Amino acid sequence: MLVIVAPPLFKGGYLMNVLVFVGINTMLAIALNLLLGYAGQISLGHAGFFGLGAYLSGILTTTYGLNPWAAMPAAAGVVGCLAGLIGFPILKLKGHYLAMATLGLGIIIYIVFNETVEFTGGPSGLSGIPNLQLAGITFDSDVKNYYLIWGVTLAVMLFSLNLANSRVGRALRAVHDSEVAAQVLGVNSRILKVQIFALSAVISSLAGSLYAHTMTFISPASFGFNFSIELLTMVVIGGLGSVFGSFLGAALLTLLPEFLRGANDYDIIIYGALLVVMVMFMPGGLVRGIPALFRKIAARKGETGHA
Amino acid sequence: MLEVSGITQVFGGVTALDDVSFAIAKGDITGVIGPNGAGKTTLFNIISGIYRQSAGTVLLEGKDVTGLAPERLARLAMVRTFQNIELFGGMTVLENVMVGMHTNSSSGLLACALKMPWCISEERRIRGGAGKWLEFTGIADLADHTAGSLPFGKGRLLEIARALAVEPRIILMDEPAAGLNSQETLGLAQLIKRIRDLGITVVLVEHDMELVMDICDRIIVLNLGRKLAEGTPREIQESPEVIAAYLGDDE
Repeated sequence: MLVIVAPPLFKGGYLMNVLVFVGINTMLAIALNLLLGYAGQISLGHAGFFGLGAYLSGILTTTYGLNPWAAMPAAAGVVGCLAGLIGFPILKLKGHYLAMATLGLGIIIYIVFNETVEFTGGPSGLSGIPNLQLAGITFDSDVKNYYLIWGVTLAVMLFSLNLANSRVGRALRAVHDSEVAAQVLGVNSRILKVQIFALSAVISSLAGSLYAHTMTFISPASFGFNFSIELLTMVVIGGLGSVFGSFLGAALLTLLPEFLRGANDYDIIIYGALLVVMVMFMPGGLVRGIPALFRKIAARKGETGHA
Repeated sequence: MLEVSGITQVFGGVTALDDVSFAIAKGDITGVIGPNGAGKTTLFNIISGIYRQSAGTVLLEGKDVTGLAPERLARLAMVRTFQNIELFGGMTVLENVMVGMHTNSSSGLLACALKMPWCISEERRIRGGAGKWLEFTGIADLADHTAGSLPFGKGRLLEIARALAVEPRIILMDEPAAGLNSQETLGLAQLIKRIRDLGITVVLVEHDMELVMDICDRIIVLNLGRKLAEGTPREIQESPEVIAAYLGDDE
């Protein structure tokens, strides 16, 4: 975690900007992982909640002149309630059907961003969203935003780790492994799933608000179906059911395209191939695959050492 | 303790259970036996709230619990185990039993995530309680193993430990001896008696006749969805109807 203090070493503003995205994506991946990795419920619409947080925050501050610090929790509250209401009927569905329902939800939200032009600015986006201010500091540069975003990201990580290792986290994992056995032991799986869906949406919304206030411009394209899938990939590549894995997955999928920029038009092919290879050889995700790889290398070194 | 009356279950056109009634006394070990397809597991699924029956009522300690969801029944101190053990395979043995303490703890989602002081002390209590039940079932040495990696016999003990952590007044066991070797079955018989000695009423569906005759105070025999006989092990062993059902008629 000392990594957090180090980065001012790279003075280049661009990399800091990318690292801000790593932070935001980490929050989103953790939010989705709580739902998918712990509770075992899929969502293909999480970009929608991310977008709702961004737009609610953006609209409340630009059109209605609300203070960003008030707009963020307001947005999170609205998104949480909405997710709770939708979650009740939707989470009765299982597997493919839940995937379809959440996919539809994400698409509906995306269409709303595009069509309600008088609120959202439609496809051309919403600009002039104010930066956050705290104790006289305006978070308007990449370095300042970096600390802001990573402060919140670390808080979200800690929050999620606590949750995962608690009574509620165990109940979630229990529902994942055997819902009927969890129910027999007194776990109200229905309420629990709705709760975690709402919490996941709230964290996504918070990430969306932070995104809006750091970028100051948002447009629907950032919150489409593609991004929901990208989040899903981060969670799976990083490691299901691991908070730290979500960070690894988010970091890899955010940084990789930047590093592959040198490959010009081939970048997308290399990117795709890397993902396939990783899923094939690290089915438990990076968080389990990397230690296993090191163990393998260590074992091999041991062998050659003896010979 | 537990009273079922007029339980009928129809699946499509098949009547799996037909007007089954019986009462189970507090503190008894009661065995439910019968040939395959007699409706034993269906009966358990109805009593434990997993199926909704076509007709009939279930009374638990005098209270009508017909159609209540399993998680509500757990709060009324009734718990069950499954024929094909349903463990939380990705969690450790200790964590499995800690889930059993769910109804005996109350920290909410936010309190847990913010690690409030009362959650920390509750967590300690949950851990201690779970450890106690692992000792009771004799698998404390496996606490840190992944539940999914346990051999079947140990998994069975874990499932029982987890159910006991609910602190039930009645426990339903669906074929607890299935898949166990004779050594393990002997241990299971002792364990069930020790559970009864805690004041917990035990009801088991079982095929292992030796076990049933050895430990049960009363036996209920089902055949083709109907109650065929009810009584002490000796009465059942001597009942001509039961012998006919198991060995076939001469006709």
